[in-house]
Amino acid sequence: MTKVTMTVNGRPVSGEVEGRTLLVQFLREGLGLTGTHVGCDTAQCGACVVHVNGAAMKSCNVLALDVAGAEVRTIEGMANPDGSLSGLQQAFQDHHGLQCGFCTPGMVMSAAALLAENPRPTEAEVRHYLEGNLCRCTGYHNIVKAVLAASGQDVSGVGIAAE
Amino acid sequence: MSLGTALPHDSATLHVTGQARYTDDIPLPAGTLHLCFGLSAVAHGVITEMDLSAVRAAPGVVDVITAADLARPADTSPGWHDEPLLADGTVHHVGQPVFLVVADSHRAAQRAARLARVTYDERPAILTLDQALAAGSHFEGGPIVWSRGDAAAAIASAPRVVEGAMEIGGQEHFYLEGQAAAAIPDEAGGMHVIASTQHPSEIQEKVAEALGVPMHSVRVECRRMGGGFGGKESQGNGPAVACAVAAQRTGRPCRIRYDRDDDFVITGKRHDFRIRYRAGVDAAGRILGLQMVHHVRCGWSRDLSTPVADRAMLHTDNAYFLPNVRIESHRLRTNTQSNTAFRGFGGPQGVLAIERVVDHIAHALGRDPLAVRRANLYAEGQTTHYGQPVTQFALPRMIDRLERTADYAGRRAAAAAWNAANPVLKRGLALTPVKFGISFTLTHMNQAGALVHVYRDGSIHLNHGGTEMGQGLFQKVAQVAAAEFGVGLGAVRITATDTAKVPNTAPTAASSGSDLNGMAVQAACAAIRGRMAEHLAALHQADPASVVFAEGRVRVGAADMPFAEAAERCWRGRVGLSAAGHYKTPDISWDRAAGRGRPFFYFAHGAAVAEVVIDTLTGEYRILRADILHDCGASLNPAIDIGQIEGGFVQGAGWLTTEELVWDDRGRLRTHAPATYKIPACSDRPRVFNVTLWDEPNAAATIGRSKAVGEPPLMLANAVLLALSDAVAACGAAYPALDAPATPERVLAALRRAAG
Repeated sequence: MTKVTMTVNGRPVSGEVEGRTLLVQFLREGLGLTGTHVGCDTAQCGACVVHVNGAAMKSCNVLALDVAGAEVRTIEGMANPDGSLSGLQQAFQDHHGLQCGFCTPGMVMSAAALLAENPRPTEAEVRHYLEGNLCRCTGYHNIVKAVLAASGQDVSGVGIAAE
Repeated sequence: MSLGTALPHDSATLHVTGQARYTDDIPLPAGTLHLCFGLSAVAHGVITEMDLSAVRAAPGVVDVITAADLARPADTSPGWHDEPLLADGTVHHVGQPVFLVVADSHRAAQRAARLARVTYDERPAILTLDQALAAGSHFEGGPIVWSRGDAAAAIASAPRVVEGAMEIGGQEHFYLEGQAAAAIPDEAGGMHVIASTQHPSEIQEKVAEALGVPMHSVRVECRRMGGGFGGKESQGNGPAVACAVAAQRTGRPCRIRYDRDDDFVITGKRHDFRIRYRAGVDAAGRILGLQMVHHVRCGWSRDLSTPVADRAMLHTDNAYFLPNVRIESHRLRTNTQSNTAFRGFGGPQGVLAIERVVDHIAHALGRDPLAVRRANLYAEGQTTHYGQPVTQFALPRMIDRLERTADYAGRRAAAAAWNAANPVLKRGLALTPVKFGISFTLTHMNQAGALVHVYRDGSIHLNHGGTEMGQGLFQKVAQVAAAEFGVGLGAVRITATDTAKVPNTAPTAASSGSDLNGMAVQAACAAIRGRMAEHLAALHQADPASVVFAEGRVRVGAADMPFAEAAERCWRGRVGLSAAGHYKTPDISWDRAAGRGRPFFYFAHGAAVAEVVIDTLTGEYRILRADILHDCGASLNPAIDIGQIEGGFVQGAGWLTTEELVWDDRGRLRTHAPATYKIPACSDRPRVFNVTLWDEPNAAATIGRSKAVGEPPLMLANAVLLALSDAVAACGAAYPALDAPATPERVLAALRRAAG
C-alpha cells in the first residue's frame, strides 16, 4: 500500500492505495464520492468521467497513483459555491437531458470540459465530443439541447429545421 | 394542477449533482463482503471435477460456495424452478454461474474466481434455431398455434401469394448500471435486500425460498435503477439471492455488482426470432390469408419466454385486419443465455414481422407501401385475430396527419429523383404504424398497491409498488398525489419501493407502471382526502362534497386554510391520515389455451416516418430524419413522455441497425462489451427529429385518461429498417429481404440480392 495525496473538489485528500487501485475506486470506495459511476469497467461508456487538472478523463482507466498531486474534480464539485446548480447542471434538468441518471455525471463532466475549451460549440461539435459517453435512455436529443442551452444558444430549433 | 405538466424527472437535481444513490452507491456497514460468480466455460456439459483450492486460498477470500454447499436448493427463475442459482452438476450455457466467491473486496472476489479449475464432460450443445428444431428442443412440448378462419384456404384462392423469411436479431439491454444487489442480515433470521430490480416482490419470494424463511422475514428495497428495459425483471434474481445466501452463511452484509463483461455473458437478452410467412393477397395488397411461423430462441431455461412468445403472436396483426390467419410459435431451448423481457416483450418481433410482410407485398405488387398499409388497416370495431374489438383506433387519422406533416409524398418523390441522379448514395423512406396492447397477458399481474401518509405538517409520504428505472414513473405518480390533495410537488416525498410498505406487487413492466400505480395512489389519496373532508365539513357545518383541496389550501364553507393546517386539525380530530390503495385493471380476460379473449385494457398507437441514405459501395448509412406522432392519451407529463418516445425510438433503431450479438460455434458470446457491441452513440440519432404527441384522451378509464408509453415507441424504429430496405430496393428489381440488425454487411448483402 502506498499513500497518495491529491486535491479533490478543492479539498486536499490522501489515502492508502495499491499500485493497481483505479482512480474511480479511490474516489468511490476511498472517499465515498459515489456520483462517479462505473458503467463498463473498460473506458468506453464514459459514466466515470472526471476532470484531472481540468481535462476530462475516464477514471476507470487511470491509476490513483498516476494522478498524485493533481487537481481532481468530480460531479460532486460541479455546483456553484453556494450549492446552487451550475448553468450546465440546470440546463440538463430544464431540458430533460436525463432519465435513469446513471450516465448523467459523466455527461455533465464531459460537457463541462467541452464548454471550457469551446464555449459556443455547434450541434455537430457537441455530438462529436460526447461520442465517448453512452446513454441508453434518452436518445441523446435532450442531452445535446442541454449542452447547447448551457452555452447560451437558442435551442428551440435543434433537430427541427430541415437540412 | 400538476397533471399534464412537463415537470423534470423527480431526481433530476440529484442526478446532475451526483447525489442520486444507485444500489452500489449505498454505504453498507464495515465488514461488508463482496461477491463474484465463477462462470461455466462450456455451453453444455457435466462437471466432473471442481478444484476450488486456489480460489479458497486467494487473498481476501472468506468463503466459496457451490450448489452442494447450499442448505436448500436456491432457484432464481421467475416461476418454473428451472434455474438453480449455481449449476447443480450440469452446465447449460457459457457464462452460467457455477460457484460463488465471497471476499473482502470486489477485486479480490474477481481475481479469485479466475483461479478455479473446473473439468467438464462436454455434451453436444444446441446453439442455433436450426439445431434446436432438428433436435426437437421445444419448451411446452411443441409449437403453440393460434388461428382465425382458414388461412390455408384463403391463401390457396388468393390472386397472389407472397412468401419469405426473415431473421430478427436479439438485443442486449445495456442498462448503464449493471446488475447489482446487497443483503444485510437482520435479527431473527430476517434479511434486508437492496436490489436494482423491476420486481422487488419476486426477489422477496426467491430470497425467502432460498433462505427457508417466510416472505415476512425478507424486505426488498429499490429506490432507483440505472436503466432496466426489462433486463431487471427476472435477471436481478440471481445476484440478490446470491447476496442473501452468502449473508446468511457468513452473518455479514454482502454485495455484488456484475462487471459489464460478466453481465453480458450471464444475463438473457431480447429473443432473436426467425419468421416465415406466406400471405395470400388481392390486387390492392389486402391480406386475405396469412400463415406465420415464429422460431424463437429462448436459451437454456424457460424464464419469461412463454409470455414473450405469446405477445409476439398477439402482435402479429399490428394495425392490420387479418381475416384468416394461422400463427405457429416454436419456443426453442438452446444452450445460450436465457432470453428474457426486453422493452416490448415479444411485441416488437411480432410487429416487425407483419410490417415486413406488408412491405414485401407492396414490393411484389409495385405499390407504395403506405397504400398497402392503408388497405389493410383495421376499421373501427373490427376484432383482432384473438377476438378483441379494436376501438378508439386512432391510426388512420394519425397516419393521415403524419403523412401531411412529414411531407411523405413530397419526400418520396424527392428521394426517387435523388436516386435517379446519384449512382452511389441512395435514399429510402418508410412510414410504419404501431398498435400495442396494454396490460399483462397474465391477468392476475394487473394489480397494484400504494401507501400514502399525510403528516401533521401537511407533508405527504408517497409509496407504491412500481419501480423507477429512469422512465419518470415516480414523478408521474407524485403528480397524481399532488393533484388529489391540491398541493405542490414539494409537499410530496417519493420513497423507495419497499416490499414492507406495499406487498405482492407486479413487476414494473408491460408499460403498466403509471397506469397501475397511478390508480392505486389515487385510491389511497382519495380515501384520506375523503376522511379529511368529512371531518372538516363537520367542524364547519358544511357538506363534505363541497370541501375543495386546491393550490395548497383547503376551503370548507367560509373557512380557507393552508393544507398543513387542515392536516393538523384532522390529526387533532383523530382522523386516520394514512391509507393503502389498491387497483386492478377492469375488463380484461384471456384464455391462453384457446388464444381468445380481451387481454388488453386498451391499445396505444404511434406512427413514424424515417428517411435514410445508404452508401451502396460500403453498405454504411445514416438516418437523415425521423418524424413521429405518438399517442399517450392525455399525457400525464409531456416532457417525460416525449423523452420515452425519443429514447425508445433510438433504442429500437439500435436493435435494428448496429446492435449485433454474435456467438461462436462453441456458444461463446463474442460481443460482450461496448467495444464489440454497438449501441447508438450521440451522433447516431436522426439529424432531424420531430416528435409530436397525439393529444386525444384515452377512452378507457385510465389515470388522467393517459396511455402507457414505455414500450410502444421502440417499435416506431421499424420505419428505419424499412427505409433502409426501400433504399436498397432502389438498386435492383428483386426484393431486398433485409434482415435485422441491418448492419452495413447485411445492407451490402441485400444490395447484391436486389441487383439479382
